[in-house]
Amino acid sequence: MPFKIIASQCTGCSACELECPNVAIAEKGGTFVIDPKKCTECIGHFDEPQCVAVCPVDNTCVIDTSLARYQEPA
Amino acid sequence: MDAPTQQEASGSAIEIGEITRVIAEQTGCGSGRAGCASQANRGDLPVETWEKVKNHPCYSEEAHHHYARMHVAVAPACNIKCNYCNRKYDCANESRPGVVSERLTPEQAAKKVVAVASTIPQMTVLGIAGPGDPLANPEKTFKTFGLVRKAAPDLKLCLSTNGLALPDYVDTITKFNVDHVTITINMIDPAIGAKIYPWIFYQHKRYAGIQAAKILTDRQLQGLEMLTARGVLCKVNSVMIPGINDRHLLEVNKAVKRRGAFLHNIMPLISSPEHGTVFGLNGQRGPTARELKALQDGCEGEMRMMRHCRQCRADAVGLLGEDRRAEFTTEKIMEIDVKYDVESRKGYQAKIEEERAAKTTAERADLTKRADSVGGIKLLVAVATKGAGLINEHFGHAKEFQVYELSNGGAKFVGHRRTDLYCQGGYAEEGSLATIIGAVSDCHAVFIAKIGGRPRAELIKAGVEPVDQYAHEPIDKSTIAWFVAYLDRVSSGTIQHEERGDAAIRPRALNSAA
Repeated sequence: MPFKIIASQCTGCSACELECPNVAIAEKGGTFVIDPKKCTECIGHFDEPQCVAVCPVDNTCVIDTSLARYQEPA
Repeated sequence: MDAPTQQEASGSAIEIGEITRVIAEQTGCGSGRAGCASQANRGDLPVETWEKVKNHPCYSEEAHHHYARMHVAVAPACNIKCNYCNRKYDCANESRPGVVSERLTPEQAAKKVVAVASTIPQMTVLGIAGPGDPLANPEKTFKTFGLVRKAAPDLKLCLSTNGLALPDYVDTITKFNVDHVTITINMIDPAIGAKIYPWIFYQHKRYAGIQAAKILTDRQLQGLEMLTARGVLCKVNSVMIPGINDRHLLEVNKAVKRRGAFLHNIMPLISSPEHGTVFGLNGQRGPTARELKALQDGCEGEMRMMRHCRQCRADAVGLLGEDRRAEFTTEKIMEIDVKYDVESRKGYQAKIEEERAAKTTAERADLTKRADSVGGIKLLVAVATKGAGLINEHFGHAKEFQVYELSNGGAKFVGHRRTDLYCQGGYAEEGSLATIIGAVSDCHAVFIAKIGGRPRAELIKAGVEPVDQYAHEPIDKSTIAWFVAYLDRVSSGTIQHEERGDAAIRPRALNSAA
């Protein structure tokens, strides 16, 4: 349940929304937010988290340390 | 912070002498290829190409005096990172690519297009240019094109892309009858590309460095080839970055010409620390007016060059160099209910064409008359204009000056200079008069409709002649008449011809406060 977007750095460009394989990202008041219940860190989909790879601002899509890391279903 | 704001113009940056030599080798003479005839009318263009560009302001220098375009900002996402772009910057007063004030849905965009085209009948082109990359937002981009095609069938559709995703969408582009595509190509050498692009996002992976630039250049050139093979008119935009790709753009020019590009637009890097771009922050400078012109002249022997680009925003509306965005905010357009009238637009545009034809005939007669009256002198003049090819702007109201090179080949448009508005609410502001003079200091004269006493005196002091005797007259005819008189003054010994110095293309951002 891991990635989050730091709203103050988000440009609202929507690139992450278009790439997210889990449809976990949506716009909220001009910036984008990740639904922690849907985020899988892209495990099982891609080698790297898509939101991190496509985001134009470094360190904007980051692991939400307040939550436990995503566990792949056994 | 003590980062150097100006890199030395020597070293790896472009050298004027070298470029001049290259021009001589490419053309067999020093004059380049575009004479007056090819600017004023069809010139050497095939008829079908002329039909495509004659009312497209971004593809024809002549057309840009008469026809307007609009961009709709429906494509915010991007798939590459460029060192000259900062996606966080968003200021209503700033004019450069990648900057917009509001984003639109395809439905809002189509409504806005209909409203604008009904209000501005000379609006002939709808472009999608971002603020990200149109092909990184394919659904929004093509949905917008589909809606606009239906609502306003007489508009030309065009798009501007970095080319990374282009090969995947060539068929869709032709399906939607998008007949003008601009690709930004800054390099064909990945080692140089690595200095311009920190990364790209391709097939679900982020690539960096030389590997990223290699993929990008391969995809750009492949896309260009595919489009030109299908008869789509392609323009290539290149950002001139002194010390990084300036000389290299001569190679880019050859490579894109070989692949069928119709027009090459070399633009100066816009770089200022307050923009927050990598280049702005590390002190990378943009080219001077003379450096830019030398490179454009150097490429001209190879292919048609565009020099009238205003590096506009992804939500620009109006003639190039004009800004009518404020009339068409989303709030305003959602209120109005317009009926799109193709016939009345046609009628208006037919009148523009009549005027253009009459103007061209008059210019021809004038050129023949003065054919042999001039020597080998070549000089630049600046013109304040609101459009229609006339000298019709007040010095203090001009947001930009158009620069013409006068020679025995006639008057040739070679660029424009941005200036800050210095006349604010009727009173002149001291600081910016110096800025304006700095923007035209390589010119021998400035043509204006009107000018105040103080700027007139300051211009004369700076060695630039203010000329207001041709107010509201055509630019070409008037500048040539002045030039003929200038040469007479030189040959009679009244004045001595002297070369002028260099100038700043874009002294500073219109307003840096967000």
